[in-house]
Amino acid sequence: MLKSCYTSKLAAVLVLLMIALPAIAGKNWRSEGNSKATKAEACVAPVPEMRRNHMEMIQHQRDLTVHQGIRKTDNSLHGCIDCHANIDDAGKHIPVNAPGQFCSGCHNYVAASLDCFSCHATVPK
Amino acid sequence: MKKMHYREWGIESTRYWGLLAILAGIIAVAGLAVLHMEHSGHWVTGMNNHVVWGTPHVFAVFLIVAASGALNIASIGSVFNKKCYKPLAPLSGLLAITLLVGGLLVLVLDLGRPDRLIVAMTHYNFKSIFAWNIYLYTGFMVIVVLYLWTMMERKMNGYTKAAGTFAFVWRLALTTGTGSIFGFIVARQGYDAAIYAPLFIVMSFAFGLAFYLLVLGFAFDWDNRELGDRIYMRLKNLLGLFVAATLYFVIAYHLTNLYATENHEYESFILLNGGVYTMMFWVGQVFIGSLIPMGILYHPALGKSRGAVNAAAILVILGGLAAMYVIIIGGQAFPMAMFPGKEVIESGFFDGTVASYSPSLPEVALGIGGIAAALLMTAIGIRMLRFLPESLADDKMDNRQD
Amino acid sequence: MTEKTNLARRNFLSKLPVAAATATIAPGVVLQSTSANAEPRSEAVTSKVRWGMLVNANKCADDCSACVDACDKENGMDIHSMPEGADAENWDQQKPRWIRTVKLKDIQTGHVSKLPMMCQHCEHPPCEDVCPTGASFRRADGVVLVDRHTCIGCRYCMMACPYKARSFIHENVDIKPTLAPRGKGCVESCTFCVHRLDNGQTTTACQDACANEGHHAIVFGDLNDPQSKVAKALKKYPSQQVRDDLKLNPGVYYSGI
Repeated sequence: MLKSCYTSKLAAVLVLLMIALPAIAGKNWRSEGNSKATKAEACVAPVPEMRRNHMEMIQHQRDLTVHQGIRKTDNSLHGCIDCHANIDDAGKHIPVNAPGQFCSGCHNYVAASLDCFSCHATVPK
Repeated sequence: MKKMHYREWGIESTRYWGLLAILAGIIAVAGLAVLHMEHSGHWVTGMNNHVVWGTPHVFAVFLIVAASGALNIASIGSVFNKKCYKPLAPLSGLLAITLLVGGLLVLVLDLGRPDRLIVAMTHYNFKSIFAWNIYLYTGFMVIVVLYLWTMMERKMNGYTKAAGTFAFVWRLALTTGTGSIFGFIVARQGYDAAIYAPLFIVMSFAFGLAFYLLVLGFAFDWDNRELGDRIYMRLKNLLGLFVAATLYFVIAYHLTNLYATENHEYESFILLNGGVYTMMFWVGQVFIGSLIPMGILYHPALGKSRGAVNAAAILVILGGLAAMYVIIIGGQAFPMAMFPGKEVIESGFFDGTVASYSPSLPEVALGIGGIAAALLMTAIGIRMLRFLPESLADDKMDNRQD
Repeated sequence: MTEKTNLARRNFLSKLPVAAATATIAPGVVLQSTSANAEPRSEAVTSKVRWGMLVNANKCADDCSACVDACDKENGMDIHSMPEGADAENWDQQKPRWIRTVKLKDIQTGHVSKLPMMCQHCEHPPCEDVCPTGASFRRADGVVLVDRHTCIGCRYCMMACPYKARSFIHENVDIKPTLAPRGKGCVESCTFCVHRLDNGQTTTACQDACANEGHHAIVFGDLNDPQSKVAKALKKYPSQQVRDDLKLNPGVYYSGI
């Protein structure tokens, strides 16, 4: 289940943290990422739409897949992870929910909890 | 009709806060137990894939059953017009709510995903008794609050009978729903019996009244209020009757089972060779929970001693927990009959063998925490609002025998 | 949608492993193929198909656990490890198990038979009836599943299942399987390898493993298709459903018990 709660104060604190964190964290994966997505021309929908609605898209697809068996799609979580997982220096995939990575980067920023990965794999298979 | 005055629980602050601190301490331990279970997962408990409902369910179902029974005292007053029960009604309603909340807390905190409680409130499968129960439980609380309002707000007194009758019917439905959780399970030999609904209703009368007697006696004693013999003896006799009725239903259930050959193995498991479950049944449910309390309550001398009656009420509660243990855990431990006429000689999933279960500390802590939570809410309730009559002395009561 | 994004979508699709061997097809075209490299399903499953199984207990070999091992591998139970500090004996009863073998002895005659037990995929599943949130459900094509997005872990389905088919996940899952996502606090059971069915395959892992061992004790397929292997076998040989007294009409049949 996707939960979202936006608290302006918390966001403000997080903005400060976001500014401070790259200095501590070393590599800035947002600008120096090497996932398939960094080389792709576009996502399955325009970026602003993805930012706003990706949770609905995934959730809709989730119900279609689980209840109707529809697996042919570009809106699957599987696809998100396949495209957005970065690769570390050793050539291994980094989990998308690791600190600073694609999913957790934003989710931490907006303080929206993320329940997908209590069951789903975080690296491409 | 004599005028009855109600007053907040007036014990000294130190005793009041001391009591709250002790109860809060027990609840805190339960909270730690929950954190431990939810953080690690249920492998730290005694449960497994074969006994899926453990000690928390024993406590939770017991508290929920007792909650509906605690309302009985109020019902006797407003539905059945027994005047001398009317001053007892507000505490009865309060206890019904707090015991239910305590039970539900335990139930919810033992879920695999308690963080998804919101899902249980937004997704319903109306063929499930559990889904009905969500409505029956929340509805019960709302109705009892309204019922309390009609009792405690003078302007609303005219509606007390209507609200009380509605609450009485609702509580019968609620306990039927709780009993049917087991009564509707076709898979297991010990369940799948319609008698579970009335059995749970009669059990609720006994467990609820036992709780009520203890809380009333304790609250009055600490606050130096007088609890007259006349009303006390009536409650005591009623408890004896309810315990006897419960025993009758238990006998009826087992006799029915004993008549049908297909149930013989299950019956011999519970009654003869089920080890801890047989022990729980005979020693816990029958002797401690039924025979000894009945002996005390109907004994010419002991029945007049407050200490002995309180002891009987405590035994009824302990026996009630034992009864739930036999029903819930014993019912699961007994192997499911999948292949009639065959004996399972090997299985990769423990088929054909008695499932093992031993309660773990966190589970017991959670269950006791539920009782503590119910008592804490009750203590705060009677302290803040006028739930308790100033006196229940014989000469202050309406003593007409109707 | 612009031409550019459309291209990107295809580009994205081609990267999905499940779509690796497929050509682009026009929207709306349904490909119902049964080959192993078939297209992932694009239309909702219907009740025209009912997946089911016939287990021939006479062919189920002693000391063989190929089906169990294959299921473990297919559904990620082989990478599922005991939590640190757990008691091995308890853990044995707490770990997930989708399929197990059971050896039976007739009390009167002494006849011994062995068979695999798993979710029987009932037409009227008690687990579906009792589930408060509707997470336990039966798909139109007869596969009984748990929607673990709405499962709250109440375990009522485990109380209600007459086949003891379900497992509760008692612990944190370190390595999450891609094909059978798994997480602490939810209930799960045999899915008839639904990920295979949805990607166009028509066999289950247990069936393949049994056949590879040369036993062929498991026949899986569409019960509604008279031409399917399972339907033909069911017509030819006598069979029974476990606990048929409950009238749940399981999709799994047994012969030779």
